[in-house]
Amino acid sequence: MPVNTKRQDTWKGIVQRSDIISTVEFNYSGDLLATGDKGGRVVIFQREQENKGRTHSRGEYNVYSTFQSHEPEFDYLKSLEIEEKINKIRWLPQQNAAHFLLSTNDKTIKLWKISERDKRAEGYNLKDEDGRLRDPFRITALRVPILKPMDLMVEASPRRIFANAHTYHINSISVNSDHETYLSADDLRINLWHLEITDRSFNIVDIKPANMEELTEVITAAEFHPHQCNVLVYSSSKGTIRLCDMRSSALCDRHAKFFEEPEDPSSRSFFSEIISSISDVKFSHSGRYMMTRDYLSVKVWDLNMEGRPVETHQVHEYLRSKLCSLYENDCIFDKFECCWNGSDSAIMTGSYNNFFRMFDRNTRRDVTLEASRENSKPRACLKPRKVCTGGKRKKDEISVDSLDFNKKILHTAWHPMESIIAVAATNNLYIFQDKIN
Amino acid sequence: MLSKGLKRKREEEEKKEEEGLSVDSWWLDQGHPAAAQTPPPVASSSLFDLSVLKLHHSLRQGEPDLRHLVLVVNTLRRIQESMEPTTSLPPVSMPPTAPSVADSLLASSDAALSASMASLLEDLNHIEDLNQVPQPQADEGPPGRSVGGVPPNLGALDLLGPATGCLLDDGLEGLFEDIDTSMYDSELWVPASEGLKPGPENGPAKEETPELDEAELDYLMDVLVGTQALERPPGPGR
Repeated sequence: MPVNTKRQDTWKGIVQRSDIISTVEFNYSGDLLATGDKGGRVVIFQREQENKGRTHSRGEYNVYSTFQSHEPEFDYLKSLEIEEKINKIRWLPQQNAAHFLLSTNDKTIKLWKISERDKRAEGYNLKDEDGRLRDPFRITALRVPILKPMDLMVEASPRRIFANAHTYHINSISVNSDHETYLSADDLRINLWHLEITDRSFNIVDIKPANMEELTEVITAAEFHPHQCNVLVYSSSKGTIRLCDMRSSALCDRHAKFFEEPEDPSSRSFFSEIISSISDVKFSHSGRYMMTRDYLSVKVWDLNMEGRPVETHQVHEYLRSKLCSLYENDCIFDKFECCWNGSDSAIMTGSYNNFFRMFDRNTRRDVTLEASRENSKPRACLKPRKVCTGGKRKKDEISVDSLDFNKKILHTAWHPMESIIAVAATNNLYIFQDKIN
Repeated sequence: MLSKGLKRKREEEEKKEEEGLSVDSWWLDQGHPAAAQTPPPVASSSLFDLSVLKLHHSLRQGEPDLRHLVLVVNTLRRIQESMEPTTSLPPVSMPPTAPSVADSLLASSDAALSASMASLLEDLNHIEDLNQVPQPQADEGPPGRSVGGVPPNLGALDLLGPATGCLLDDGLEGLFEDIDTSMYDSELWVPASEGLKPGPENGPAKEETPELDEAELDYLMDVLVGTQALERPPGPGR
């Protein structure tokens, strides 16, 4: 476990933005890290190539490309503004020199191509070097344009726009292992798209009741299985997960598996349902497990066992006695994400006060760390933090009542292969590396 | 009477915090052993008020967060069940018949609340359906689609009429006093599309439904029938 986690020098790499980061995602190789924010922008960081001569910049992430993915729109029919906030970004596996990613706001998904240009053509026949058209009658000889190197330019262009398929707010997108299709999920429906086709999608899950009076549950997250292209899962606001097999029927309203942990009667309260609402679901890289995040805990499920999770990790159990206050200030509705490390041996999720938690599944140890400039110096190891729940507060402990609930870490990402994590703390991005020697 | 109870509860809470108790049990479900020590109806009504405020605040948003809305509504139902354990909550409620004033207040708030919740959720249904009409849907419904869903919806609108009358009951002013009741007076079914806004402004205006004239009703039927045909997209096998 990252006892020696060092915070690399992010002062120059960090993006100090006025917009709140709303999603963070590494690509398949981990060389690129994409962030989306509330203002509809996507910022992509690239890992510097390791250079033995410059140890300080080894493996640092610097800004690679910035573009405006979504703009605010106005739905004239409903007289509503559609937020440009990027809800999710998902990378496509790389197939050529260019990189592709899907980004989505509440209503529209876009496929972006990010490509590099480091050469330009010189010596055109029909135009001058400054672009002015040459008079054709003055051209007496033809020449072949030659390619000359230029400063690297990274271009982002929208290649597909998948719109008008969601009545409710999109909360998830997930690329299928077939690399041809992907799903998008809103509160009540899940649609299946082909990456090449934008004018239609197939609805595969629909939980909207005929009578909206009967609505008691919504879809909160959905994901495709990492290897089985016919399998997907979706979680609900009632703390249940349904696994669907697209081979069994065209409409996956009937699940193949239903995962739910029985409620513990001793901890039942008015807020039981709210805190059981699942905010994120992620398959392990192996595809054998899945992880769910509810308000107070992270649970690991074996796909072969529907009755209960195989592991439950408490994120901030000290908040259980504060649920009423958290209900009052709406914090109880915060949606935290979770992520696996590359080998599925560790999981990570965020909390309040800019704390984030890591759990080692093998050693059963866990640690609380803080993402903040004030409390950690560049290149110093992050110190484990501890929350004091009652009685005498020890030195360096922080009491529950002193936690800042405005500083919430909702989005985290783990490099697919190495011990590098990205943590979004409101409008700051922190990238930490574990350099155990 | 209710506000006095609220005040007492807050003082009790502050005392508890000073004593360093980390658990406030007054909001626990009545089945919980710790709840036996607390005055349930007063505590529950405070949480009830808070939840009602949240519900209305959520619905005031241009496009309500459905997850937030559903969770608050479900929590409200749970609180109501604990406050009145013998009363079942039908989607369309009858007028209150409980003997005592407090009971009748709670019962009528049940009726009013479940009626308003039902009507508001129903509104979301209609608004979403109606607004899908001119959009070039990525998925098209099959021709000759069943439109059986339309008459029951209108029927529900009519049934909600008498129940929402309870909202104007004087005894409920304390409960809803900080709620802008002008939302109950707006006209929903304006034929022009600009008038179709989701949210509380148009929600419980169902009480005006009996006054719809035939032309408006016909228009509405046409729109809903046309929308239902586009509503449900086909799956790969359809």
